[in-house]
Amino acid sequence: MSRIGKIARRSFLIGSAAIAGGVAFGVYAARRPAPNPLVPGEGEVALNPFVLIDGEGVTVIVPKAEMGQGVRTTWATLVAEELDIAPDALRIEHGPPGKAYYNRGMGAQALPMPEYKVSGWAETIGNQLTVVGKFFDMQVTGGSTSTVDGFEKMRHAGASARETLKEAAARRFGVSRSSLKTEDGAVVAPDGTRLPYTELAVEAAELDPVTADLRPRSDWRYLGKSQPREDQMPKATGTAEFSIDVRLPGMKFAALKRNPYQGGAMKGFDPAAALEVPGVEQVVDLGDGVAVVATNSWSAMQGAEAVVFDWAEGPYPATTEEMYDAFARAMEGDANSALLDNGDADTMPEGATEVLADYRVPYLSHAQMEPLSGTAVYHGDRMEIWSGNQLPIHCRRAAAAEAGLPEEAVTMHTTLMGGGFGRRGYTDFTAYAARLAVKLPGVPVQLLWSREEDMTHGFYRPGAIASFRGGVKDGTAVLLDGKIAGQSATASYMEILVGMAPPGPDKIHVEGAFDQPYAIPNARVRGYLAKFGLPVGPWRSVGASVNGFFLDSFMDEMAHAAGADPLEFRLALMRGEDARSAGVLEAVREASGWTGATPEGVGRGVAFCYSFGTPVAEVIEVHQTDAGIRIAKAWIAADPGLALDPDNVKAQLFGGLAYGLSAALHQQITFADGAAEQLNYYDYDAIRMHTMPEVVDIRIVESGHRISGIGEPGTPPAAAALANALFDLTGKRARTLPLAGEFDFVT
Amino acid sequence: MANLTINGTAHSVDLPDEVPLLWALRDGLNMTGTKYGCGVAACGACTVHIDGEAVRSCQVALGDVWGEVTTIEGLGTPEDMAILQQAWVDHQVAQCGYCQSGQIMQAAALLAVTPEPTDEEIDEAMAGNLCRCGTYPRIRSAIHDAAKQMQGA
Repeated sequence: MSRIGKIARRSFLIGSAAIAGGVAFGVYAARRPAPNPLVPGEGEVALNPFVLIDGEGVTVIVPKAEMGQGVRTTWATLVAEELDIAPDALRIEHGPPGKAYYNRGMGAQALPMPEYKVSGWAETIGNQLTVVGKFFDMQVTGGSTSTVDGFEKMRHAGASARETLKEAAARRFGVSRSSLKTEDGAVVAPDGTRLPYTELAVEAAELDPVTADLRPRSDWRYLGKSQPREDQMPKATGTAEFSIDVRLPGMKFAALKRNPYQGGAMKGFDPAAALEVPGVEQVVDLGDGVAVVATNSWSAMQGAEAVVFDWAEGPYPATTEEMYDAFARAMEGDANSALLDNGDADTMPEGATEVLADYRVPYLSHAQMEPLSGTAVYHGDRMEIWSGNQLPIHCRRAAAAEAGLPEEAVTMHTTLMGGGFGRRGYTDFTAYAARLAVKLPGVPVQLLWSREEDMTHGFYRPGAIASFRGGVKDGTAVLLDGKIAGQSATASYMEILVGMAPPGPDKIHVEGAFDQPYAIPNARVRGYLAKFGLPVGPWRSVGASVNGFFLDSFMDEMAHAAGADPLEFRLALMRGEDARSAGVLEAVREASGWTGATPEGVGRGVAFCYSFGTPVAEVIEVHQTDAGIRIAKAWIAADPGLALDPDNVKAQLFGGLAYGLSAALHQQITFADGAAEQLNYYDYDAIRMHTMPEVVDIRIVESGHRISGIGEPGTPPAAAALANALFDLTGKRARTLPLAGEFDFVT
Repeated sequence: MANLTINGTAHSVDLPDEVPLLWALRDGLNMTGTKYGCGVAACGACTVHIDGEAVRSCQVALGDVWGEVTTIEGLGTPEDMAILQQAWVDHQVAQCGYCQSGQIMQAAALLAVTPEPTDEEIDEAMAGNLCRCGTYPRIRSAIHDAAKQMQGA
């Protein structure tokens, strides 16, 4: 216990504030089961918090944000495998907010060490840390943890439901449970009599749940094979309901307008011009902004643009250059972290060639396709609210606080999400909807953020700079000294979410750089934090989105300085350090037919990043054409330990690549006069059909290592692989993102 | 009050004439399959057909709608999907799925004019439709597959 406490105090982690609380309460108390949040309706039976049976069939509760990653189907398949029912026979619901739905998967990421080294005592402590999830109400979807979280839990839920149903049947038949089997949603007696689960559920609910060992992988029928995703038909027919699609009788439509100087106050406003807009009904003061309420969303947005405001300044530098000056000053000061510090990184080994490079990446908006929204109706003593969010307990609490109601008086519905990428791990869009609803008692109202409002009020991926010094000798790296400076995504996130930033070294700020499996004898990575009040936060792959570019660009620079093939250079440093990482690099070498040589007019780059427990290597091929440089082809290899749904794993990987390439090519949020300058997709573009590379091959390596995440790890290597390919093509090194201004791409 | 024919059915919408068709569909008629992404014709999420032509419904004022409107709901239904929609399902195209109504409507307009599109023709037709999940490889496969099936049909 004391050891956990010590680690908690000296580490900076997603849950470190809560770890202190968890330890104070004690692990024992934390291990007691949380109450089942399901309140079965008439004729329904909840066998456990995840399996609900009524006369119609079996419903699996997947209390996870479905943002496109396919978590609903995969979690249902985990239950189906043990429950002996076809996955497509299950209904899937998100379910209510509930402490029973805490995320177990966050624990291992909390350790202040490279994930690939986690084993033995470290893994044990990581598992202990998952108790934190309960205390912290961590019903969170994020950090590529859903499969890690559900892998055993959901199979146990299915196994327990199965055995309990069998026990109920055994009592009815007057036979032993072991004489019964289950198939296709029914218990089968030795004489072949079938009792559907739906007929046994009421009796089963009166029994103490029976537990059972999980089936071995060799017995799996559904897991490990691609399943039809349950959300495909609704999404192909326009019938899937996203947050913005909630419709209630008598509903009003409202548009939000807040201070472009984020976090600054609203000193006053004049609604007169807005009230002249046809369709606008009223302008509601929300304290730090307004909601314009209308008969339709467009009139509301027109009205919001017509309001005249007097805004106060925001608590941060007014221009991008001032922010980056603050990063440079931070880098001259005391380091926040030195989580990698091996050998002597100060002294260049004799005979080594020195390599120096500085890098810079911009602030980024998530720019998910569906702009933010929330819909609420307030009835004085209760509220019902809908939003597409990644943390329903926090959202319900925020809505309750806005309404001055106890949490249990707020019914929270979590809808499908038109992309999240980290932006929906906040309560703001839910809270504003609640705040507006309180001003309109009895009236259902949807509060929509215009694309411009969304893009100018992100919790951006923070910008950062890096300064690397390396030494190469005899074809390999002998020294690496990296300094990374920027704003802390996690400090800002935790301040917004729980009111305090955790002390200690910020692991996420340097993840993707300090924790990579390169055996360089003298190696150090230090993090430096600049502190100002621009809200920033997680963006698909978080710190690795920054440092995957920094470190793996620099690895490429060192390889070229060493006169080595960039892929073989990495592989040689990796082989003795982490076999899984070497395995994916070898897989991408084979898939892409990597030779290290490219013909005139063709460039290739390789990059690697180990993030969220999953090593990923990517090769990008660029072609010089008459119309400019074309990102022509891509190859990906990844090792998530085990692929529960290979087709879906591939979708996440090429999707992650596209997300990373979009940022590398086009995207930046810049500031002038204190406000974000980019407003919409015309000045914040992304990869499109004609600029997306052909993804020639995706190799999933299943090493059998414990299962790890896949939603984010495809993103970090993308920018570095592209930059390295551009160097191969042009001889010009890309050290500042985005690249579209510096290189002539096909548009 | 505007009168429109949408998916073969006459509708009246009680909204100001300058309100874009997108919002008349979504907020006036509760037909939410057509999505709002940008409001400035930069993403294609709101794509519908007017007289068979793919248009950005965020840019067409209700008072200016010049013909019969077809939305994703009119292309096919969960019980009776169009070949193109079934191809989308078969190829498991959607991730978050938010842009897919617009992608499908754009692809349907392409196939109506170009029954067997090349990759270049797909690029040209689909370039205005953004997908932040990066589903493009599967969109391409689904279009090719649907084209084959529609030829055979």
